[in-house]
Amino acid sequence: MYDLSCDRVTKAFGKFVAVDQVSLDIPSGSFFSILGPSGCGKTTLMRMIAGFETPSGGDIRIKGESVLSLAPNRRNVKMVFQHLALFPMMNVGENIAYGLQCRGEKKADIPAKVRRVLERVGLPGVEEKQIGQLSGGQKQRIAIARCMVLEPDVLLLDEPLGALDLKLREHMKIELKQLQHQFETTFLYITHDQSEALVMSDRVAVMNAGRFEQIGTPRELYDDPVSGFVAGFVGDANILAGKVAEISGDEVLVNLDGGGGRIAARRSDASAVGDEVEVFVRPEAMRIGEAAARASLTGTVDSLLFNGANSRILVRALNDQLIEVADPGQSGSLAPGATVTLTFEARRARAFARRQG
Amino acid sequence: MQSSAGLRLIYRAYMAAFFLFLVAPLIAAGAFAFNDSLFPSLPWNGFTLDWFFSPVEPKLGLFYDERLLRGLNNSLYIGVVVAALSVAAGTCNAFLFERKSFPFKGVAYILLIIPLVIPGVILGISILVFASMIANWVDAEFGLFITWLRPGVPLIVLGQFSFLTTITSLVIAARLQKFDMALEEAALNLGASRLRVLRTVTLPFLYPAMFSAFVVAFLVSFENFNTTLMLVGSDAPLTITMYDRMVKAGSTPVLNAVSVVLMLGSGLLALASVAVQRERKV
Amino acid sequence: MGREAGKLSLILLMTPFLLWIGLLIILPQLGIGYVSLREKISYDEFSFGLKNYVDFISEPVYRNTLFRTAWMSILVTILALIVGFPVAYYIAKIARQKSRAALFLMCLIPLWVSDLVRAYGWIVLLRETGVFSSTLVWLGIINTPIEMLYNDITVVMGLVYTVVLFMIVPLTSTLQGMDDALLEAGYNLGGSRFTVFRRIIVPYAMPGIVSGCIITFMLTAGSYLTPVLLGGKNSSWFTEQIYNQFITRYNWEAGATFGVTLLVFTSFVVWLGLKLTGQSLATTVAKD
Repeated sequence: MYDLSCDRVTKAFGKFVAVDQVSLDIPSGSFFSILGPSGCGKTTLMRMIAGFETPSGGDIRIKGESVLSLAPNRRNVKMVFQHLALFPMMNVGENIAYGLQCRGEKKADIPAKVRRVLERVGLPGVEEKQIGQLSGGQKQRIAIARCMVLEPDVLLLDEPLGALDLKLREHMKIELKQLQHQFETTFLYITHDQSEALVMSDRVAVMNAGRFEQIGTPRELYDDPVSGFVAGFVGDANILAGKVAEISGDEVLVNLDGGGGRIAARRSDASAVGDEVEVFVRPEAMRIGEAAARASLTGTVDSLLFNGANSRILVRALNDQLIEVADPGQSGSLAPGATVTLTFEARRARAFARRQG
Repeated sequence: MQSSAGLRLIYRAYMAAFFLFLVAPLIAAGAFAFNDSLFPSLPWNGFTLDWFFSPVEPKLGLFYDERLLRGLNNSLYIGVVVAALSVAAGTCNAFLFERKSFPFKGVAYILLIIPLVIPGVILGISILVFASMIANWVDAEFGLFITWLRPGVPLIVLGQFSFLTTITSLVIAARLQKFDMALEEAALNLGASRLRVLRTVTLPFLYPAMFSAFVVAFLVSFENFNTTLMLVGSDAPLTITMYDRMVKAGSTPVLNAVSVVLMLGSGLLALASVAVQRERKV
Repeated sequence: MGREAGKLSLILLMTPFLLWIGLLIILPQLGIGYVSLREKISYDEFSFGLKNYVDFISEPVYRNTLFRTAWMSILVTILALIVGFPVAYYIAKIARQKSRAALFLMCLIPLWVSDLVRAYGWIVLLRETGVFSSTLVWLGIINTPIEMLYNDITVVMGLVYTVVLFMIVPLTSTLQGMDDALLEAGYNLGGSRFTVFRRIIVPYAMPGIVSGCIITFMLTAGSYLTPVLLGGKNSSWFTEQIYNQFITRYNWEAGATFGVTLLVFTSFVVWLGLKLTGQSLATTVAKD
């Protein structure tokens, strides 16, 4: 049984199709993310699940029951809004009690429930505080508590970390994951930030132009992207443009544009000899050193970018393209201007047909 | 900025002169309420509160002057009724223009503003004429005599309502525009019905604006003259009573006393309004 | 979301709006238009035509009152601009941040005091036995008290006093939006004080100037108390004529004709002002 299922859900605004035949199944108790650039339709999808938009086609089921005919205030999916939407005219306790009151719970039971949920999100005793007195992270937890006190089937989160500053965002990622474990509720999380999606999720759907490009675990998306879009959107990658020169088995040989040389990569789609392709190589897949047989590039060191464990070496290839190479050892041995050879295993480079635009 | 000291001084003097110009008649109107004299003019004969509290002629005080008190009473009554009505209508209009789309909305918006542009005297006569036309027609057709369509308090209320609604609509709509729709969606998501959302989330957000709209409408109604003059019947509000007195009996210090009360009243209300806005902002 | 509920709420919200605009604004305006075209033949017999308007045009007293009201209103508007601009500029640009709000509030104080009280204040100050006259006598500058009321200068001054706030408010808010760097750049590029004023400040403040002038003009042309009280019997103000025809002489046909004429005339001036400056009514009047 899935907590939430979407079956070929479509939403069109006039001629523009915002969400196009999207299907997904989220098992109970998992953390599921939808990752995509702004305007890809992920917010529209979430608003349809919450009931603020009506799908043009398809079905949405919660715990197996279709909810299309239910008004938003009758669906047992609760939502944490992008800017949280805490009611400024009520204090913390009243905010959390709001849903319980709407549900018509006994007046006497409400304070105990509010107290319990505040303890669970680690903010006991703040019932009387005004919303304006809370810090960003506290507001976040109150917004979650306001939903969780209603014990929803699914909790929707619409980029709730977007408004926080970087440091707090990193911290909240971990905290959100822990909260999800603790409540054992299904979370559906929407974001355009790939690191948020990768860190927190059990499964991630990558969305682009109204469709799901790929659904999988974070590792699958990172290591086995099924399209150029996924390969480029999830994690960092060097994108090398070229033409297919030769196909042998599941490997292709690609002549890089601008006389950059010839490299080998894993064949990932139906591109044929002569087709234009892009080869995606992650910075940490490259090594500086001996020339391997096919998968190698030559260039000169352009600059060294120090960033602790994330340090990079920028190498200017023969066709003048700058290539990022991970440098975890922060080797001070190289100097700009030095000629180097970049090597990588062909199976860690992926060739996809070149995207438009 | 690079202005020389001399110019700056002249500029300062100009500002001082301007503010003196602004307050001079107000001070004059107020001060002579406390002069122990039968006329609101110099010389200064000493301080007195007779023009407020003396129960006997010739210095019949404001608080013993039947007609002025009746005028004050009428003004308060009209002001409260008109302010309540125009806040109610203004709230509806705010929702209509901020939340709904309908054909000819642009034209409707111009119509919403128009009453501010029509001179008050003309609003007054047009409502007088229209009400009389209806009253005459009903009289001729059905033999009914509708008193409230003849000059009097109901017509004054309608006349002031006709342009105050524009002001209240604009004030409340400006606040509604700042409302974050996500708050309503959040409330719906938490299980509230539409009416409950309106009652617990949207209206509470509008209360400060509705309160200031009420205060503004009340004050403008209270001091309105032009529209009221055309519609007044036997129950005259304070401004009309005071004007009558001024024209018929000439100026007496009791009018200064009325001025003091008016200034104090509107000043306090305006302060209350500012205070409410401040408090809400925190 | 329920489509039916949406429609129902639209109807519920639309009804008060239509009732208000229809019954209190449009129909009454049509009503005075109708009455102005009506000519009384006997007690309850009427004929229709433009005779009232012809009478209006052929009677020099009426005609002149309109022209007098018009040109005095324009004069008052210009004077209010001249008096108000430096004040608005001071509040918006020169005053320190802290005193800014206080100065602005001080400008608004007279707004909350009835026209009647303000006019009455002027009467107390300016009449023959008033404060100014007796002070001048006491100082020995003049020998006998003088009457400073009931002349055109006083009327114009009183009107400027009444409306200048409505000039200052839009001007201040426009000027507040102006970046100081614009002025500094103007000086920096070698502009004199006058050039900077003419080429930078005035063009920037234009929307505020237009809305200020329109509001000021309409208020002046439609004002009643100030000209009547400060101008006395000879003020010949147009709204006074309307009042006289309606209430004193009970000649509604003529009064309605005057009313329509005033409305058409002021609308025309406002329309002309908007056209010449390329602005719209919604942006100038409603933005407060």
